[in-house]
Amino acid sequence: MMETAKIKVKKLNLYYGDNHALKDIDIKIRPKAVTAFIGPSGCGKSTFLKTLNRMNDLVENVKIEGEVLLDEKDIYAPGVDTTILRKKVGMVFQQPNPFPMSIYDNIAYGPRIHGIKDKRKLDEIVEESLRGAAIFDEVKDRLKKNALGLSGGQQQRICIARALAVCPEVLLMDEPTSALDPISTSKIEDLMEDLKKKYTVVIVTHNMQQAVRVADDTAFFLLGELIEFRETKLLFSYPQDKRTEDYITGRFG
Amino acid sequence: MNDNRDLSFQWNRRKINDVILYALIYICASLSVVILVGIIAYVFIRGVGSVNIGFLTSVTSVLKGTVGIAGNIVNTVLIIFLTMILATPIGVGAAIYLNEYAKPGKLVSLIEFATETLSGIPSIIFGLFGMMFFGQTLGMGYSLITGSLTLILMVLPLITRNTQEALKTVPDGYRQGAVGLGAGKWHTIRTILLPCSMPGIITGVILAIGRIVGESAALLFTAGSAKALPKTLTGIFSKIFESGGTMTVQLYLSATSEGDFDTAFAIAVVLLILVFLINIGTKKLTKKYDVTREK
Ligand SMILES: Nc1ncnc2c1ncn2[C@@H]1O[C@H](COP(=O)(O)OP(=O)(O)OP(=O)(O)O)[C@@H](O)[C@H]1O
Ligand SMILES: [Mg+2]
Repeated sequence: MMETAKIKVKKLNLYYGDNHALKDIDIKIRPKAVTAFIGPSGCGKSTFLKTLNRMNDLVENVKIEGEVLLDEKDIYAPGVDTTILRKKVGMVFQQPNPFPMSIYDNIAYGPRIHGIKDKRKLDEIVEESLRGAAIFDEVKDRLKKNALGLSGGQQQRICIARALAVCPEVLLMDEPTSALDPISTSKIEDLMEDLKKKYTVVIVTHNMQQAVRVADDTAFFLLGELIEFRETKLLFSYPQDKRTEDYITGRFG
Repeated sequence: MNDNRDLSFQWNRRKINDVILYALIYICASLSVVILVGIIAYVFIRGVGSVNIGFLTSVTSVLKGTVGIAGNIVNTVLIIFLTMILATPIGVGAAIYLNEYAKPGKLVSLIEFATETLSGIPSIIFGLFGMMFFGQTLGMGYSLITGSLTLILMVLPLITRNTQEALKTVPDGYRQGAVGLGAGKWHTIRTILLPCSMPGIITGVILAIGRIVGESAALLFTAGSAKALPKTLTGIFSKIFESGGTMTVQLYLSATSEGDFDTAFAIAVVLLILVFLINIGTKKLTKKYDVTREK
């Protein structure tokens, strides 16, 4: 299933102090596809997701070994500019976290960091990103209003739009729908269909139906190890590992 | 199991206790209001008659036969300005450093403990220190700048602590969101953390101004009590290096050594109005800068 890989991870080990949180992870993530990470709570899905754009740099006492290659370049190599890395690899978090400013300024926040000042250009990016996150029509008349006044589902799509505004190549989403109602959830799932046409999407989810619905490939993690990683259909129909089978049939987790 | 009691109200011990407790709370609450209103009324009745344009715009002079606090007003404004223009950036900067840059640990707790202790020290001790260190050792004598430097030490903890509290309440999600978009640390601080903390910073600044307005002990030792007005506009700058008493210091002097209670109460009225205005201003400002408010 691997023609080319957008992200290649080789022998990745991560320690939080003494806690060996990720063990010898090897994975290749396809471009322009949705890859889902599943697994029981605490198995390291979020931790692994955060190694892909170095959000772990914010945590004290983390030690990382191994390589994470984005388009064949190691993102942990010395001299890597995390500003550029995070522009290429954007992130959407579990809790919607729009900034306490207007919807417009939220979306323009990223482009402004990367030096875009021109008002007309920004207007364009804002509209395009909001459309990309399927929320433009709902907010087009209130762009100057505070984003905190939106519903949770709308806020999460604002956060997706905000991530899209810097034209990322990869979009990491950590349980983006776990704080949302079913209607907002299905809106975001529909959105993923569109997103993968332009972006490489990696999503963490606790909801196996969601993985089946949205993901092309699925990776199953357990206790810091990558147990199995295959096309979603295959993984769920013919799990190769006993532990995967136990998990997806609900025997533990 | 059915509860067979009917629903009609019946007194029991718990309900009686409730009533007694409520009565006590109401008595305490009204007492504090009555006392506050009483003090304000008393001060106004004694002082308001002496407050007029002349009182606010002239300087007390035996030769001219005038009574006024214009000089003290100018001194007060100058001291507030001098103190805050230095204390605000230092205090906010320290808070940012402690919260966002310093690694949590012994040193940070030590600094936080020191700041807390500092804010509990009686102001007269600051005055004593300021007089000896700034006034004598550094040779600045009795002057507004000596007073201001002393006051900076006093109000720094207020600003730092309020800013720190405000920074602590900024959700981590905002920091992660910004960093996730590629923002550097300082950019995040400037565009997200400081705007979010603005109400807290303003509260700290206003509390500090309140403390300055109300201070007498520390200033008597350091800034002195001169009441003359600067003669020229540029005199305002040289005034910084000369002695000058604030309104509160003058109030103290009027009520003690000068035995002029009319002036003392008149100043008290002016100060009360000032405090009232500062409070309203704070409310307005913190509301205006509340970034979470739907606009
Ligand atoms: N900042 C941190 N410092 C120390 N240990 C951490 C930190 N974050 C996570 N861990 C530990 O690393 C392990 C993996 O955590 P992680 O959050 O990646 O799990 P997860 O699979 O995302 O779980 P969930 O499904 O509950 O979100 C856990 O044992 C957790 O306690
Ligand atoms: Mg997680």
